[in-house]
Amino acid sequence: MSQPGIFTAFRAVVARDITLAMRRKTDVLNALAFFIIAVTLFPLGVGPEIDTLRAIAPGVIWVAALLAAMMSLGRIFAGDYEDGTLEQMLLGNFPLSIMVTGKVFAHWLLTGVPLVLLSPLLGMQLGLDPESLLVLVYTLLIGTPVLSLLGSIGAALTLGVRGGGVLMALLVLPLYVPILIFGAGAVEALGTPSGVLPYLSIQGAILALSVALTPLATAAALRISME
Amino acid sequence: MLEIQQLECTRGDHILFSNLNFSLRDGEILHVRGSNGSGKTSLLRIICGLLMPSAGRICWDGGDIRKLREEFTGNVTYLGHLNGIKGDLSGLENLQLGGKLDGLDISEQAGLAALSKMGLRGREDLPTKVLSQGQKRRVALARLLLSKTRLWILDEPFVALDVKAVAHLQSVIQQHLEHNGMVVFTTHQEVEINTGRAHHIDLDL
Repeated sequence: MSQPGIFTAFRAVVARDITLAMRRKTDVLNALAFFIIAVTLFPLGVGPEIDTLRAIAPGVIWVAALLAAMMSLGRIFAGDYEDGTLEQMLLGNFPLSIMVTGKVFAHWLLTGVPLVLLSPLLGMQLGLDPESLLVLVYTLLIGTPVLSLLGSIGAALTLGVRGGGVLMALLVLPLYVPILIFGAGAVEALGTPSGVLPYLSIQGAILALSVALTPLATAAALRISME
Repeated sequence: MLEIQQLECTRGDHILFSNLNFSLRDGEILHVRGSNGSGKTSLLRIICGLLMPSAGRICWDGGDIRKLREEFTGNVTYLGHLNGIKGDLSGLENLQLGGKLDGLDISEQAGLAALSKMGLRGREDLPTKVLSQGQKRRVALARLLLSKTRLWILDEPFVALDVKAVAHLQSVIQQHLEHNGMVVFTTHQEVEINTGRAHHIDLDL
């Protein structure tokens, strides 16, 4: 068979998933609405003292982003599984891990990027100063792709399982712990002697490892789920 | 050439079939028969590599399909019980975007021609979720017209089709065989395919 190049296939998957998401915008908007509402509830619950809010802001925004990303993970493969297009992808011309990487990248573009773009606004609402906001955006920019990548393993493993959503949360949340700790920790490290850079470096290392390994794991999980 | 060697399939602790052997050469067609639950779909899914057999192996041009992976699946078009089309996309978009995933560039003309050959003229731009069951099946079958693969694996391809579409699909399959393609299919309907050497397997025996 002719090989028009792996990158062409990757682009085709991304373009396809974005086209599909544009036909069903509510799926994308739900995750964002959840993110905004969850963060906005904190000042109402915790109280309006700006020092308290400022102290918890990085953690709150990170946890809300993490949950919003996880909420939207269910649909990354489920729709394709139900209508048989996932079967067709498994029987394609290209390695499944490439297709998976494309789908995860599209998921990140559709949920991760909007979360990153919204985060400064929500940070301001919680009283973060501009410097902290910048660090927060950096950590989310590195961290949200990791959320999509690691989450895809859980989504693939729980395909077609009844009550798969809860099971997926149980599988994925422990994997999210490191990126959460270093993400939220970076903002708090601002102004300490160690500085922000070590935190960002470790996040970057987690991202690099995830990019290299999770597509293979997700592809294997998909093959198991299709049996 | 497709070779099935010593194939066995179990579901739970129930053996569906065992010690199944056959080979299929260019231009040959295999009709898999059997009652409901005899393992026809399982056999077809094993052949295309979606399902792992409990024993035995499948070879494509001499190599194990488990090792060949994309080198094998790139040669296969599978049509299962699920149509593999997106309800939110139109028939034409389904063909074009689906083709892209396989590295095929399908022009608008070619896509429209395939759809109108399958009797979907005037329905090309509707999202496929509003089409009837038979029309959705026709969109899925239009993929066959555009595919360049050698091996077609068709699970109940005639289901939900009307008489005219059945006749048309028969001629499409015959053309594929005339071009040295291979077909493995199941059906409960009485269908005559006269071209090429036809083999039969009955899973009830």
